[in-house]
Amino acid sequence: MKVSPALAEIRFGCGLSPDLTPKGSTEDILHRLAGPDHMAAAHPIADFDSLWLLAGAYTELRRQRRKTRGTEAYEDVNEQYKIMRREARFDRTRWFGQLILRHSQTEDGFRERLALFWGDHFTAQGKTGLVKLMGAPYVETAIRPYVSGTFADLLISAVTHPMMLDYLDQNRSIGPNSQLAQNSNRSRGLNENLAREVMELHTLGVDGPYTQQDVRQLAELFTGLSFKHKTGFRFNAKMAEPGSETVLAKDYGDDPAQLGQIHAVLGDLAVHPATADHIARKLVVHFVSDQPDPALVDHIAGRFRDTGGDLAQVYAALLEHPVAWVPGLQNVKPPFDFVASACRALAIQPAHVNRANPRKLAKRLIRPLDLMGQPWEHSIGPDGWPEEDSSWVTPQGLAARMRWAMLAPRQLIKVLPPPDIFVETSLGEFADGSVQFAARAAETQAEAIGLVLSSPAFQRR
Amino acid sequence: MTLNRRQFLTRSAVIGCSAAASPLLTPVSFAAAPWDTRLVVIILRGGMDALDMVQPYGDANYAGLRPTLTGGPDNGGLDLDGFYALHRGLAPLMPLWKRQELGFVHAVSTPYRNRRSHFDGQDLLEAGTAELGRSDGGWLNRMLQQMGGVETRTAFAIGQGEMKLLHGGAQVTDWSPDAALNLSPQARVLAEQMMQHDPLFHSALAEALDLSENESMTLDQSESDGGMMEMTMPLPTRGKSHLKIAEFAAERLRAETRVAAFSINGWDTHSNQSKGLGTALGRLSDTILALRNGVGGATWGKTAVLAMTEFGRTARENGSKGTDHGTGGAMLLAGGAIRGGRVHGRWPGLEEADLFDRRDLMPTADVRAQAAWIMRGLIGVDQAQLEQFVFPGLDMGADPGLLL
Repeated sequence: MKVSPALAEIRFGCGLSPDLTPKGSTEDILHRLAGPDHMAAAHPIADFDSLWLLAGAYTELRRQRRKTRGTEAYEDVNEQYKIMRREARFDRTRWFGQLILRHSQTEDGFRERLALFWGDHFTAQGKTGLVKLMGAPYVETAIRPYVSGTFADLLISAVTHPMMLDYLDQNRSIGPNSQLAQNSNRSRGLNENLAREVMELHTLGVDGPYTQQDVRQLAELFTGLSFKHKTGFRFNAKMAEPGSETVLAKDYGDDPAQLGQIHAVLGDLAVHPATADHIARKLVVHFVSDQPDPALVDHIAGRFRDTGGDLAQVYAALLEHPVAWVPGLQNVKPPFDFVASACRALAIQPAHVNRANPRKLAKRLIRPLDLMGQPWEHSIGPDGWPEEDSSWVTPQGLAARMRWAMLAPRQLIKVLPPPDIFVETSLGEFADGSVQFAARAAETQAEAIGLVLSSPAFQRR
Repeated sequence: MTLNRRQFLTRSAVIGCSAAASPLLTPVSFAAAPWDTRLVVIILRGGMDALDMVQPYGDANYAGLRPTLTGGPDNGGLDLDGFYALHRGLAPLMPLWKRQELGFVHAVSTPYRNRRSHFDGQDLLEAGTAELGRSDGGWLNRMLQQMGGVETRTAFAIGQGEMKLLHGGAQVTDWSPDAALNLSPQARVLAEQMMQHDPLFHSALAEALDLSENESMTLDQSESDGGMMEMTMPLPTRGKSHLKIAEFAAERLRAETRVAAFSINGWDTHSNQSKGLGTALGRLSDTILALRNGVGGATWGKTAVLAMTEFGRTARENGSKGTDHGTGGAMLLAGGAIRGGRVHGRWPGLEEADLFDRRDLMPTADVRAQAAWIMRGLIGVDQAQLEQFVFPGLDMGADPGLLL
């Protein structure tokens, strides 16, 4: 389907860049998504698994620090601890910088948007130690490689990942009749958190056809999913509840418990018709409008069901439908997308980001997101960030965006672009008279650039 | 649309006039406040464990359900009345308890049952309806719609999170204390013009500018000396944001504001609850004390603070020294206007057969009825309006006597 290249880049990509020509067809968008992940290679983010050992070493250092308090050894341990903590914070800032560069430089913007979308759908946050700072490596490892495969593979990858198991307390859930519970005199038992969120948030949706009994049974079936601080993910049969469990009227599990049974139930949940509806609706709300058109949702859900959740086909259904291309800008960009697309419009270069001191980078790019309402990698709950425009365009959220727009560009690039040219390169056909006028009439160049970035045309997509 | 400078100046003058006439930008006179009492609603997001905040150590089944989370005076809890003990995280509030300015209602809940989702639980708590999807506004906003003389500054939603209980037809103010926007006069006019065709942006901008002006007058007098303040990067205050919010709320409540709402997060204690809950209760204590100190004795005497949560947690401790999502919870009351020094509510007991679903504290009253009686007594809202409009379909039942 032939579409407006500027609208394609703004609504389904990362926005307009003065350096890159927008795509002209949905085939081209899908073709690039099917190709190699150039941006991940050009602007790498650490692999979660390689950091896992480091996180363990950090926890051990923290333990030693507690133990040696008041002894001569403390100073040395504390120094190592402080260095390690600072390096880890800097790493997190650098990964954020890499994400900004990917958004700024990509010709495959839909992939960046999908990585954010699925990272949010499968929100997981570290609770302790270095794992708290490993949000970007989690998405890089558990989510990004799977965004255009099957939904089942993506679901299994995210739900069995140590980050998720830690975040939703699965690592502490033990079958009441498991070997471990039998051999222990401590109180041991089930934790329903992950099982509930898998059905409510990740697959069927809160109005889906499941009961508390299904949650309970799924929680029993999930026992055994765990991780170790030395080895990462492992299925621990000793934690697993013996016997079979019934989830949505189907029996799973047997003795001895095996990981394959958990993959089987996730595979079934992934292709459930309610999951197709839930995912289709979420995609439309995210990419098109807070008030999703039922015809578009049904079209995508139908493709999801027909293809067993083949995500490349699901995206094709989204992009081929005329409702997805309703003219006029719609949804408000969330704060990260706002900042990233501003960096793209400013043609921010790797040298700008990579040479910057991490503290300055954090101050310019990450901490401002807090007041915009999106503290990075710290959404309140496992349902991730809100989608409604009204959640983002609050007086304080808008004030924070406008302050950032006026101040950050001149700190991020050496020379600001001429405002009359910037209006055209950042907004294309969406530059209206009042924005063009503001760019000319502002008293300083920084205010002019800030006003263009503050315009509704730039903040919507 | 292309404008030349002359047309632009003419239009700006028009915008200038209409802006001055807009109710959003009209300075509010303090004498205009429609009633004199103060209501503060704090949403405790995450499902606060009522059985640990107000520990029913006198119930024979309590200790057995909670092998490591045992409360009561022998385990560090502060005895309240021989049956209930207070979690030591709320110890700073004991002087208020003794002055009868702190109380609780135990075993209350919204009508939300069985699904135990935070998000739906909070939506229902804030909507104030019997079921989800019945209303898109919140109950505190509908209460304001019942009252005459309500203006934009009468009610404040404070902080960075969304407060759905104040959404709706009555105008309220959303603001965070560290958000001030100080544009140059020219940038301000240009921004207003760019946004005038997008109502969502236009009204948010008008509010932001107006609140920023208020703030520079009342809060940052010293910095605003000598004209324009230099704009800085939007960086949040680190650390004690709940205290900044409480202080900001108190400042407004001393002036024309009558209702304030904000949330405190961090109550989802699935594991190692003894640590997490203590920290969260400490934040709640500090917040209430900052409100009290901020409004001062006379206004505190006319104030009711209600802290409520979307649901309680399981009666039984789980396998990870925490608790899972449950049903019945408790409400905290503070302020000089409330009848404190007691735990209100009917105690259902903790025998397995007495539990909801054999797992949760059984709710014996609707949390909405408690809020309704407070609004009835504190603000004088009509009972029929409370039952039909503010909380549609609610039966308020007998007056629980939560106010003096």
